[in-house]
Amino acid sequence: MSGATIWVTVVVASVVCLVLKLAGHLVPGHWVSHPRVARTAALVTVALLAALVAVQTVASGQHLAVDARLPALGVAAVALALRAPFIVVVVLGALTAALLRAAGMA
Amino acid sequence: MSVSLATGLYGISLGALAVVAGLSVPQAMVLSLLMFSGGSQFALVGIVGAGGTALSAVATAGLLGVRNAFYGVQLSPLLAVRSWRRVLAAHLTIDESTAVATVQPTVRAARVGFWCTGVGVFVLWNLFVLLGALAGNALGDPKKYGLDAAASAAFLALLWPRLVTPVTRWVAASAVVVAVVLVPVVPSGVPVLAAAVVAVAVGWFRGDRTGRRVPGAAR
Repeated sequence: MSGATIWVTVVVASVVCLVLKLAGHLVPGHWVSHPRVARTAALVTVALLAALVAVQTVASGQHLAVDARLPALGVAAVALALRAPFIVVVVLGALTAALLRAAGMA
Repeated sequence: MSVSLATGLYGISLGALAVVAGLSVPQAMVLSLLMFSGGSQFALVGIVGAGGTALSAVATAGLLGVRNAFYGVQLSPLLAVRSWRRVLAAHLTIDESTAVATVQPTVRAARVGFWCTGVGVFVLWNLFVLLGALAGNALGDPKKYGLDAAASAAFLALLWPRLVTPVTRWVAASAVVVAVVLVPVVPSGVPVLAAAVVAVAVGWFRGDRTGRRVPGAAR
């Protein structure tokens, strides 16, 4: 993306996110209190995060690649299972990938 | 303290990743100040970095921001503010401030909790994104420091506490499969959006009048 395209992307996406936040504060509660709406919204967040984990770990542009990111994610998962705090999980993930790459892994 | 520290390091990773993805330092800062929602920001930066389209970056960031609208519905009667304070409250409506506000025993404590957490995270978050963006320029190759893996770990950590029911686990697993299968065949950013469609379908039609159930949605 060019610098100008990135500016447009950043500003438009930010305004969309801000409008969504404001909409939540302004709409009457009963509009969205329907269980089906709330349930769908919660599941959309889960699906997006899960897909982002997958893409961020095995996608390299439009190719699939198994590299140091995958074992790093494994270490992060173990840390989460052991109830490690957020920051420990992130640091362990980065550290694992950094050490594996220092050892010669892609 | 631990919330601040987590915010700090999370912000540094975002700032560094943003610069590496091709954003300038001012762009990274406008994104942080104006969007102020960690998951959406990471998603936008990831898609820009992977060469995705502007449309998919906006759509993914926006869809991840939908949960903030639902937080706002919960917070609005609790905070009971008007005019510009309402806009400010909306801007500070994020995972952390909502989580703190909604577990307080009294309305007063909820309001104090919301504003303190919201303002505190806002200041720290933007400060550390700036540090990360400046460091990102100096660091060079982010892969050397495993910053790409840090983003994977961050998304997993955001996802983890949500995997509490069979349905959420099933949706998460399906989303992973859909996204991975689509990566080689569609432009960057689209696999993530396609995974969201799975969630909409499951959320909308699960256990409807026809009695059809999604596999794994045992109750």
